[in-house]
Amino acid sequence: MWVYLLKRLLAMIPLLIGITLISFLVIQLAPGSPVDLQTEMNPKASPEARARLEKLYGLDKPLHVQYFLWLSRMLRLDFGRSFSTDARPVADKILERLPITILINVLSLALILAAAVPIGIVSAVRPNSLFDKSTTVFVFIGFATPTFWLALLCMMFFGVHLGWLPISGISSYNADQMGDLAWLWDRTRHLILPVLISAFGGLAGFSRYMRFNMLEVIGQDYITTARAKGLSEMRVILKHALRNALMPVITILGLSVPGLIGGSVIFESIFAIPGMGQLFYQSVMARDYPVIMGALVIGAVLTLVGNLLADVSYALVDPRIRAGR
Amino acid sequence: MNIRNRIARTALLALMILIFTSCSQKEESSESSVQDPTSQETSLRETAKSMDEPVYGDALVEGSIGDASNLIPMLSSDSSSHAITGLVYNGLVKYDKDINLVGDLAEKWNISEDGTVIDFHLREGVKWHDGAPFTAEDALFTYKVMIDPQTPTAYGDDFLQVRNAELIDPYIMRVTYKRPFAPALASWGMGVVPKHLLEGKDIIQSPLARNPVGTGPYKFERWITGREIVLRANPDYFEGRPYISESKTRIIPDSATMFLELDAGGIDLMGLTPIQYTRQTISEDWKRRFNKYSYLASAYTYLGYNLLDSKFKDKRVRQAISYAVNKQEIIDGVLLGLGEPASGPFKPGTWPYNPNIKPYEYNPERAKELLREAGWEDTDGDGLLDKDGEPFRFTILTNQGNESRQKTGIIIQYSLKAIGIEVQVRTIEWAAFLKEFVDKKKFEAVILGWTIPPDPDLFDVWHSSKSRPGELNFISYRNEEVDRLIEKSRYTFDREVRKECLYKIQEILAEDQPYAFLYVPQALVAVSSRIRGIEPAPLGISYNRIEWYVPANEQKYKIAY
Repeated sequence: MWVYLLKRLLAMIPLLIGITLISFLVIQLAPGSPVDLQTEMNPKASPEARARLEKLYGLDKPLHVQYFLWLSRMLRLDFGRSFSTDARPVADKILERLPITILINVLSLALILAAAVPIGIVSAVRPNSLFDKSTTVFVFIGFATPTFWLALLCMMFFGVHLGWLPISGISSYNADQMGDLAWLWDRTRHLILPVLISAFGGLAGFSRYMRFNMLEVIGQDYITTARAKGLSEMRVILKHALRNALMPVITILGLSVPGLIGGSVIFESIFAIPGMGQLFYQSVMARDYPVIMGALVIGAVLTLVGNLLADVSYALVDPRIRAGR
Repeated sequence: MNIRNRIARTALLALMILIFTSCSQKEESSESSVQDPTSQETSLRETAKSMDEPVYGDALVEGSIGDASNLIPMLSSDSSSHAITGLVYNGLVKYDKDINLVGDLAEKWNISEDGTVIDFHLREGVKWHDGAPFTAEDALFTYKVMIDPQTPTAYGDDFLQVRNAELIDPYIMRVTYKRPFAPALASWGMGVVPKHLLEGKDIIQSPLARNPVGTGPYKFERWITGREIVLRANPDYFEGRPYISESKTRIIPDSATMFLELDAGGIDLMGLTPIQYTRQTISEDWKRRFNKYSYLASAYTYLGYNLLDSKFKDKRVRQAISYAVNKQEIIDGVLLGLGEPASGPFKPGTWPYNPNIKPYEYNPERAKELLREAGWEDTDGDGLLDKDGEPFRFTILTNQGNESRQKTGIIIQYSLKAIGIEVQVRTIEWAAFLKEFVDKKKFEAVILGWTIPPDPDLFDVWHSSKSRPGELNFISYRNEEVDRLIEKSRYTFDREVRKECLYKIQEILAEDQPYAFLYVPQALVAVSSRIRGIEPAPLGISYNRIEWYVPANEQKYKIAY
């Protein structure tokens, strides 16, 4: 097991370097450089000013030199400084945006699981029943509804018309002067709409997946055996079938790990949530290479780690896989 | 109301530079724009209430599409940062409500006979927000920062014209120029930064970028990235403490959300789109809760031709297009009537604007006639004009994300079809648009906009020396008479001489039509009706912001300050 883990970890290194190299090159292929975007169409910026900025950012060096300089900084875990005019360390810019993005994604993922697993089970136990059909329609409406449209409708209804929930942002005007409980309630109220709406769109995939797994498991011989033993249907489904049907969910959870730090730019813009989606989008539009690379590296690492975790935990819970190796 | 309290630095900084309005919907309606004829949707009720005594307290919450980037004034070039630094810092000079330069940190200045030496006499007794005294040392230091090659600023060039800057007294700074340079005075509107906090340190890594210390009417309180920036009234401000105790900017990237926030009371002030202004904010409820202001923005939108392209070399062709495009139709269709036809590069009603020049009227017959004279005729009967066997087709490029420019393009496409010219409209992402098409001069025509700076220097956009790749005369306009007049107008401080030159330039541009000047939009702003003291002027509404107040019985936020 440990040897296997070590091998997998070592194999990640060339993979990571490959990912960064390709990302680095692809960004450079996009027309325009950070300096252009700061000085173009600005009459007060002379070619000299432009050259000065280029030198400051190290963009005057050949591409491969730039890449190796970046890589060597990266090895020392130095993400560098942003090329935007704030010139802040990339690590700070990413770290200050991670908590809210992760919070919303975790809550939304938990909500999706809490709703999709029961929906999937009941649908599978009574396939093609009224419940199955109506939830199918419901989750696919969620899947097909444009987030921004639903978000605006909910904001108009709950925020402007009823006045129950705040429209955007993650805290009220005087949130810093509130007591702990009041603060928590304020934050919760702000998160209700974003979390519900982002979960609504993700229901379809998980519930369908759960339904499919469950159907497959229910058709297996050991379920027939369990029923033949005279176990109650409840016990058959929840103990024997569910445990096996849930296993592939582990894989999906593992694959969701990188998704936890990513945010949707449209979603975050609408709710005015300062998360990773906006940061990444803005840095791409400004060709802010260090920030783009920083976000991509973190994403790549999390993807690889997520995959590894999924594989390892799969082996841990499923004796067949352990035996097979 | 006394006139000492004017805040115009926001506008000064935002307009000192001709930045392309890349998302002009927002910027054209940004409240820092300048204007002329003002219309104000206020009733008698408002006049009656303005008798209220101004009192301290309450907060003004503004919405902003983008977050600020850097709060050291010379290091940022975005309007969100300038809106904040304009309240935290002062320049030596600023624009008053009628767009005249007046003293700010400088009490007065003298310009020598030959126009090369300016003596700034600075205010005494001004304090930085941390309590340290402000002196001419700070002004001199700011100049040194501007010319330091290590400073990543886009605004250094005006300061490189200075031959020497020195102190003749703790409160007098003398600046000597190589030759008289008219844009020089306005360049001293750049926010003055504190020497005692920056000297000997790397400005790029200075904590002041996120914790600014200025001399302005508001002190920096906190900035939560991507969420909000909060400022507090400066009780020691040299023009008096602002009435409104807190000024908060909320970052709301989506304009539909921002509008809902305005409706729900989450923000007090935002720029409106024409449709919001004319349709969505007209109920009685809205009128009771908000005052709306509209004034001419300092920006214009144009159709620019690549003059290196053989089709557009003949000025009769360009004049013909100007006759064929119905500007009023564009204004009605795109701006819902909230704008004026443009006749040249200046704003109607300002001193450099030549009122004798009328925008080209809509006259498709005249257009066809001019095109015939230029050799364009429909010889093969396919409905398209042709010359030497080539049909008249061209593509208009504009940048993605600017709906009003795209709509303008479509209206032009339609108008030109009527006289036998086929036009395609393409939109391209901003960076690629500049890099691949404008800089390389790979375009036939573009629809873009310029902001109109308060100081009317046409050098960068119209002088023939500025037509190298990447420079602003990207249409390659070349007219020796215009070159000469531009130079004459910028190397003198005599306003009459400048005016004469600029009037003449406008005549030549009107004849040459290197651009089809299209329209000057209105800036549209809604402000919560509890905010009093707003008096629209040519500079906009925010110039007297420190005089705005909320009557005691209407204060919304309890701020013990």
